[in-house]
Amino acid sequence: MKRIDMEFDLVVIGGGTGGPMAAVKAKEKNPKLKVLLIDKAHVKRSGAISMGMDGLNNAVIPGHATPEQYVKEITIANDGIVDQAAVMAYAANSFDMIQELDRWGVKFEKDETGDYAVRKVHHLGSYVLPMPEGHHMKKILYRQLKRARVEITNRVVVTRLLTGANGEVSGVMGFDCRTADFYVIRCKAAVITTGAAGRIGLPASGYLMGTYENPTNSGDGHAMAYHAGAALANLECFQINPLIKDYNGPACAYVTGPFGGYTANARGERFIECDYWSGQMMLEFHRELQSGNGPVFLKLDHLAEETISEIEHILHSNERPSRGRFHDKRGNDYRKQMIEMHISEIGFCSGHSASGIWTNARGETSVPGLYAAGDCASVPHNYMLGAFVYGRICGHNAAEYCGAVADRAIDEGAVAAEQARVSAPLQRSEGPTPFQIEYKTRRLVNDYLQPPKITRKYEIGLRRFDEVREDAQAMLATNPHELMRAMEAMSIIDCAEMAARSSMFRAESRWGLYHYCVDHPERDDANWFCHTLLSKGADGSMTMAKKAVEPYIVPIDDEERDAYQRLRVERKAEAA
Amino acid sequence: MSIATTLTQAPVKVHEDKCIAEKGCTVCVDVCPLDVLAIDLVKKKAFMQFDECWYCLPCETDCPTGAVEVSIPYLLR
Repeated sequence: MKRIDMEFDLVVIGGGTGGPMAAVKAKEKNPKLKVLLIDKAHVKRSGAISMGMDGLNNAVIPGHATPEQYVKEITIANDGIVDQAAVMAYAANSFDMIQELDRWGVKFEKDETGDYAVRKVHHLGSYVLPMPEGHHMKKILYRQLKRARVEITNRVVVTRLLTGANGEVSGVMGFDCRTADFYVIRCKAAVITTGAAGRIGLPASGYLMGTYENPTNSGDGHAMAYHAGAALANLECFQINPLIKDYNGPACAYVTGPFGGYTANARGERFIECDYWSGQMMLEFHRELQSGNGPVFLKLDHLAEETISEIEHILHSNERPSRGRFHDKRGNDYRKQMIEMHISEIGFCSGHSASGIWTNARGETSVPGLYAAGDCASVPHNYMLGAFVYGRICGHNAAEYCGAVADRAIDEGAVAAEQARVSAPLQRSEGPTPFQIEYKTRRLVNDYLQPPKITRKYEIGLRRFDEVREDAQAMLATNPHELMRAMEAMSIIDCAEMAARSSMFRAESRWGLYHYCVDHPERDDANWFCHTLLSKGADGSMTMAKKAVEPYIVPIDDEERDAYQRLRVERKAEAA
Repeated sequence: MSIATTLTQAPVKVHEDKCIAEKGCTVCVDVCPLDVLAIDLVKKKAFMQFDECWYCLPCETDCPTGAVEVSIPYLLR
């Protein structure tokens, strides 16, 4: 393992969505800064939007919605547990970001007058803006990275952050997944944009990489933030999504809803009022699957041919274009039958729910010099546009911070320890493989952590995770690629334990299916109207704390407060 | 304990008559998010080295000669 030393002012970890934006905006703020964008894949095609995106799910566009309305919608959708200032920082900058992306060449759907063609998918307001030609998103970002002269390092897996005497960021460590060269990068600040932790649970297909999220998103960012001393917020608010069964990608009701498609039960009947992904919606989805009314389907077969062709064009050329060939092989035709859906494995993803590395309205984590944006950070229901907006916020603030602080020193002791930890699996000639460790961890996550959450099962799960963690100490990697999987498996074990400990701490039920506890079936605002924070305790183990919800800046009426609790379609009593 | 290797049908197929890896092309290897493709140094053709496909399609979309064909992995089909 050759050691490679580098020096930058700012290192952005993860080149998917928020990362490129953070790097570009830091350079724009201060062109003299040395900024590195580092990715374990290749920035050209990395992350959740590797193949583009079919639309903006949370566009706050004047004439269609106001930032106040949006903050209200997300507060209600997230059962009140939000830092409204952080949601407002997104909402207030949403339109400006859309205009900037528009100037960069991103094509949004517009009506005949040239206005953005906003659609309604959420329960209360209208925030969905289609991008039928959104497959070119990564190309546009790459052009901006080159223009801003951001340095890029591909195929380097970041494993840990280095911190200084006061806990501040002083560097980043990782290894090349093709050569196993060990990287030590001194820096003043870092932005984590590593996406969701989407490889905690096992898809029902049993196929390890058949995850909803890009499987590169294995929770490395969550793990490195935790080990650097950062707090993680509301991890018990799992991400669980309604997906095409087996394919395990979005069906996708956000695209089809405005065209007249909807989620239906086996009888082809609507059972939820609104297809927006919330915990309450997922609970109704779960109940329908458990009842005699399942399976659950996406229903499009009642729509006109030209509508279905348009839907096919969007769904089969953006985001997850292989949906088309999956349907072909199955003989699925949107015109002729409904598409069977199922519930995804669990994950952490603030893009859709609310869990992640805790950040405030400035994108700052609890570690000085460490910022986070996108699916890995804690701003709820943030989606792609939220990753861009917070990427910009983090880029600007990190650039300012870099200008104000002195050069950092590297803790060589910590470097030696990390190099020893990372290189160990390559030096063994036998032991469990990364595949075995990962498969077992994720299978246990499904067995014990998938909601409904049961305390006794969580206790067993935690004990089993400890056993796997012990086994992982002897893990074998026969090449640098397997070493990447080995280090990812370690992140996955960390995330699984975080998911269990956070869930056991919040002794109530909240967020519908995301945190549905059988032993505490009711929402308990008197004791649990708060955030939960998980961090590394003095003894090195995971500790939990409550954090008060910040005073609201947009008040919520009692009538609106429970809007998302009323998602089930009410059936009129039928005449006998 | 010994280490076993298990055969599996790879979802990514490279049509070797169209693949131009021998001319130095590494596009599919470069763009794969999971880094599962590689160039066979003897045959000078791309191939799927690790069965960890997310069926995301950059390899197929970005290949300049249309040599790469991705199927949905068998377990999901």
